[in-house]
Amino acid sequence: MKTWVYIDHFQGQAIPASWEAVGLGKTLGAVTALVFGSGVEALAKSACEYGADEVLLADDASLADFRAETYASTLSAAAAAGTPGLLLFPTTTRGRELAAMAAIDLKTGVLVDVTALEAKGEEIVVTRPVYAGKIMTKETCSTRPYVITLRGRAFAKPAPQAGKTGAVTRIEVRGEALTSVEGYARGESGVSLADANVIVSGGRGISNNPALTPPAGLDEKAAEIWKAQQGFAMVNELASVLGAAVGASRAAVDAGYIPYAHQVGQTGKVVSPNLYIACGISGAIQHQAGMRNSKVIVAVNKDAEAPIFKLARFGMVGDVWQIVPALTAAFKKKLGK
Amino acid sequence: MKIVVCVKQVPDSAAKVTVENGKVTWGDAPLVINPWDEFAVEAALRQKEALGGTVTAVTIGGEGTKDALKHALAMGADDAILVNDPALGTLDTQAVAQLLAAAIKKIGGVEMVFFGRQAIDGDSGIVPAQTARLLGWPSLTLASVIQAEAGAVRVERSTEEGRQIVKAKLPAVLSVAKDYGEPRYPSFMGIRKAQRAEIPTLALADLGIPAPAAVVTWPEVMNLPARDVKCEIIGGTPEEAANALVDKLIAEKVL
Ligand SMILES: Cc1cc2nc3c(=O)[nH]c(=O)nc-3n(C[C@H](O)[C@H](O)[C@H](O)COP(=O)(O)OP(=O)(O)OC[C@H]3O[C@@H](n4cnc5c(N)ncnc54)[C@H](O)[C@@H]3O)c2cc1C
Ligand SMILES: Nc1ncnc2c1ncn2[C@@H]1O[C@H](COP(=O)(O)O)[C@@H](O)[C@H]1O
Repeated sequence: MKTWVYIDHFQGQAIPASWEAVGLGKTLGAVTALVFGSGVEALAKSACEYGADEVLLADDASLADFRAETYASTLSAAAAAGTPGLLLFPTTTRGRELAAMAAIDLKTGVLVDVTALEAKGEEIVVTRPVYAGKIMTKETCSTRPYVITLRGRAFAKPAPQAGKTGAVTRIEVRGEALTSVEGYARGESGVSLADANVIVSGGRGISNNPALTPPAGLDEKAAEIWKAQQGFAMVNELASVLGAAVGASRAAVDAGYIPYAHQVGQTGKVVSPNLYIACGISGAIQHQAGMRNSKVIVAVNKDAEAPIFKLARFGMVGDVWQIVPALTAAFKKKLGK
Repeated sequence: MKIVVCVKQVPDSAAKVTVENGKVTWGDAPLVINPWDEFAVEAALRQKEALGGTVTAVTIGGEGTKDALKHALAMGADDAILVNDPALGTLDTQAVAQLLAAAIKKIGGVEMVFFGRQAIDGDSGIVPAQTARLLGWPSLTLASVIQAEAGAVRVERSTEEGRQIVKAKLPAVLSVAKDYGEPRYPSFMGIRKAQRAEIPTLALADLGIPAPAAVVTWPEVMNLPARDVKCEIIGGTPEEAANALVDKLIAEKVL
């Protein structure tokens, strides 16, 4: 199958799921990588090293920031001429939007956030979680090309082959930008939960330490947040020993303990690390929706009946304030840090 | 300012969704307005409060989905429209987008269209960009700050890498991120008004388009593979338990 892969990147830094998509494409045949941006020749080179046979490169100052309309028009015009059977995108904000618009231009459907793909000749059937991951569906599309976005970490990332090259063809920018990018605001920076191999998450239980004495003069709410911040400091320490990202439950986010960018769950991020350590999280169904696909789940909770234990491979029943520091010390010792 | 907000009805987020006899079921869990769409209604209402105008809620679905429209009315929307036609079968995102684009054109003079980030049944997050593409309007997805003025809008978008600040001319399509701010609760007066509201239906003939067909199909729905994890509770003092856990994780090559 003639497969094209959109290499998603932010300011020249490729999103790892782009390489996962190249890897999947290679199992189906030859891969053409689409590299769009300004000053992105290096990405075209990387795409070949990750396995792409050739690259369609739209490198132009007008593409400096991702702009859905021009990116989609450029892609659709190329696809109309090159007739790929399959277009792959990583499921990122940009990937979703581009796939959505390209599918309209090419009069076809979109299969979104796919976690498995079967090809029989020219027919593709995918598997994807729906209803917040409570059930799975097999999906297919009656029109061509197939337009598919792939969930990060669902497909293996190929090892790059240094020095491998491929033909790079420059293509023209099409369409008119309907938005202008003014810049990027400071504030919650990207928390790379989606790519994390290990995640340590904190919930409402993190603030529950009667032994802590907040500084004088704080009202009840401020004292609770102060306690939670001590709790997240403890979670951060464990995370840093493990090189892990820090996640949180919605209750922790809503209570103001930690920014929304850290929220895992149905209305937060969907993650699939090798190891997910839930500290003081009950495991509500909406939280599960975001972390159920973790390979190994460890739960630390003082309530042996908490639903999180139904999902966990290992459980520790007790106070996070005693167990989390003990875990930090044990990992430090055993991992030789 | 004429504002439209697109809402969908979905099973409650706490519903236990399973597959029985090859069909999706959520037992007796209630159908509710898609939670993300409540943020869209909130954003639409705040724009109206700042700039004047009207908010019209639109849904594509059967008679029963009027309840989602009533929720939007109860929150403060001025009126609502159901798009429904016996000729419509199962829809996919591009079919929904075609119907919404046609409805928005039919309403006429619309300057802002608000969407939720995604519907929590299909979990696609595709319809807003597709509708924008069909209308030829700018697509400003995942907006967390929205400042509109005559003819233009400035938006902060929540992306993976942080906030992107984007400007566009109106009319425009926006989808609303969670950090926009909590949606308001329906007021008592709003609920009464919604109960009495007459909700008109637009059929395909009113929209002047043929029935769009779904091209994406679901040949099979499946329960999750049984997670054959039995939770192993690790006991002892915190130090003993921690050491034992780390040994197990290392032995299982998790780390
Ligand atoms: C539409 C909708 C969307 C939602 N989306 C999300 C989402 O994306 N993500 C999400 O997480 N939630 C989401 N929720 C909320 C969800 O239903 C729960 O309310 C939330 O996950 C609970 O967070 P929690 O586990 O931290 O808090 P709680 O449920 O209050 O649990 C705290 C846990 O900590 C334990 N604990 C307390 N003190 C200690 C201690 N000292 N040591 C050890 N354990 C302790 C308790 O036993 C308890 O199990 C959503 C809800 C709705 C309605
Ligand atoms: N049937 C529908 N009727 C009206 N709006 C819809 C419908 N389906 C989706 N939408 C809108 O499109 C958004 C994204 O939906 P989706 O792309 O299906 O995840 C939703 O949050 C709604 O605002």
